[in-house]
Amino acid sequence: MSLEYTSSEMMSVTAARALTSDMTCFVGIGLPSEAANLARLTHAPDVTLIYESGTLQTKPDVLPLSIGDGELCESALTTVAVPEMFRYWLQGGHISVGFLGTAQIDRYANLNTTLIGDYREPKVRLPGGGGAPEIATNAKEVFITVKHSKRTFVKDVDFVTTVGFGRDGKARDNVSNIGRGPTVVITDLCILKPDPDSKELVVTSLHPDVTRDEVIEATGWEILFADTLETTPEPSAKELEVLRDLKARTNAHHAGQQ
Amino acid sequence: MAEFLSLKEAVSRHINNGDTVCMEGFTHLIPFAAGHEIIRQEKRDLTLIRMTPDLVYDQMIGAGCAKKLIFSWGGNPGVGSLHRLRDAVEKGWPNKLEILEHSHAAMACAYEAGAAGLPLAVLRGYIGSDLPKVNDQIKFIECPFTGERLAAVPSVRPDVAVIHAQRADRKGNVLIEGIVGIQKEVVLAAKRSIVTVEEVVDDLGASVNACVLPSWAITAIAEARKGASPSYALGYYDRDNAFYKEWDGIARDRVTFQDWLKNNVFEKGAA
Repeated sequence: MSLEYTSSEMMSVTAARALTSDMTCFVGIGLPSEAANLARLTHAPDVTLIYESGTLQTKPDVLPLSIGDGELCESALTTVAVPEMFRYWLQGGHISVGFLGTAQIDRYANLNTTLIGDYREPKVRLPGGGGAPEIATNAKEVFITVKHSKRTFVKDVDFVTTVGFGRDGKARDNVSNIGRGPTVVITDLCILKPDPDSKELVVTSLHPDVTRDEVIEATGWEILFADTLETTPEPSAKELEVLRDLKARTNAHHAGQQ
Repeated sequence: MAEFLSLKEAVSRHINNGDTVCMEGFTHLIPFAAGHEIIRQEKRDLTLIRMTPDLVYDQMIGAGCAKKLIFSWGGNPGVGSLHRLRDAVEKGWPNKLEILEHSHAAMACAYEAGAAGLPLAVLRGYIGSDLPKVNDQIKFIECPFTGERLAAVPSVRPDVAVIHAQRADRKGNVLIEGIVGIQKEVVLAAKRSIVTVEEVVDDLGASVNACVLPSWAITAIAEARKGASPSYALGYYDRDNAFYKEWDGIARDRVTFQDWLKNNVFEKGAA
């Protein structure tokens, strides 16, 4: 039996499935946080979630609006200072996965959250790097989740806030003490992975009912497809129920606060 | 020993035009009451430093207090842009704003180095990022022991640190609980410090490893109830997420922002 679900739900469920209970995940706010908590509430109850505000092993009942909502601290095993978070826990090598969102991503999975246009005269000024530049290099690997569109998926990002594999795909070569970088990008249309040699992103799986043309149309470069292209498994009824409950709880919580 | 002052007096005495000011609190315990007092006293040409400028700096920038901003993530968390910050950067309103941006890791290290009395912080950071191309305060050095290439940034050593905390005892010792962010580091890194607190109590009730700033490490303490609202103070009140969302509409337009400022800051005295 086929279930009704949106492309956003498909994205969140697929992103959640990338996490397992044995991972220690440094979670970005927004889509990554939604996916990480969905994982924790479904197939990965023991996944360790860490937010840059210093909350270690947190289990929020509702999704935080900010990276430092009280919910994160109150449901955490413990809360450490921000320098300790970045120095001991992230730089010290305790994070297996950094889970990031972005405003722009390019073919080498470089991320731009700084600005659109020229740095000194930006067309659109975005928030900036935050924790991402070091999460991307100090975590053992990086998962990225972002909605697929031509505005977001550009051939070359306007600004490399956070490195994927650099402008030429070689930025991590011969660098000591650096993680593997992005290993998967999950969108509302498909799953992409870097080619093992060139590091260029390749579509490895299309979500159900999504066509190659839709992906080509939503990507700002000549996107490559894997020889054996898979179809992403549909969300289960349980995953959809948990995700919808989580979002309903979250919306009610944030709207009710005065 | 910390001196107990009114917020008005603390800001008037310890923050001068042209100062470098760090108002910290990582999402939690953001010193809004102090920010509003700085706006009311029309402090100008401040260099503002904060990891996440948040609404407090959006308001101060829009009110014309700042000439320079050093930061690492300048958005309205979970909502979108800081429109006053963007207007200043993109259009120079109400005045041109110079910006210098880092990553969180670098700023956290820079505060810690400031507290440690060091001139610089060293981190494994900025690899492959364009940020060093636009921020000349990011350099790379070679580890003298291993040869590893590491990033270096100058420590943060501001004129004034401003933070909010849950409570102080009558001697001026301060307890910070919950997300402690970077507050201890910024106070120790600064020449002078102002700490606003929810309340002054007889006994802090601190556990043995609690984050406590001793009175003799603080310049001034001012009581400011709900002084972190619309951010939050663990154990006192929740984050006003609805206001953070509402701010998007208020700050998007110069006129609605100025009306908000008049009604909510200028026509309200310090508590």
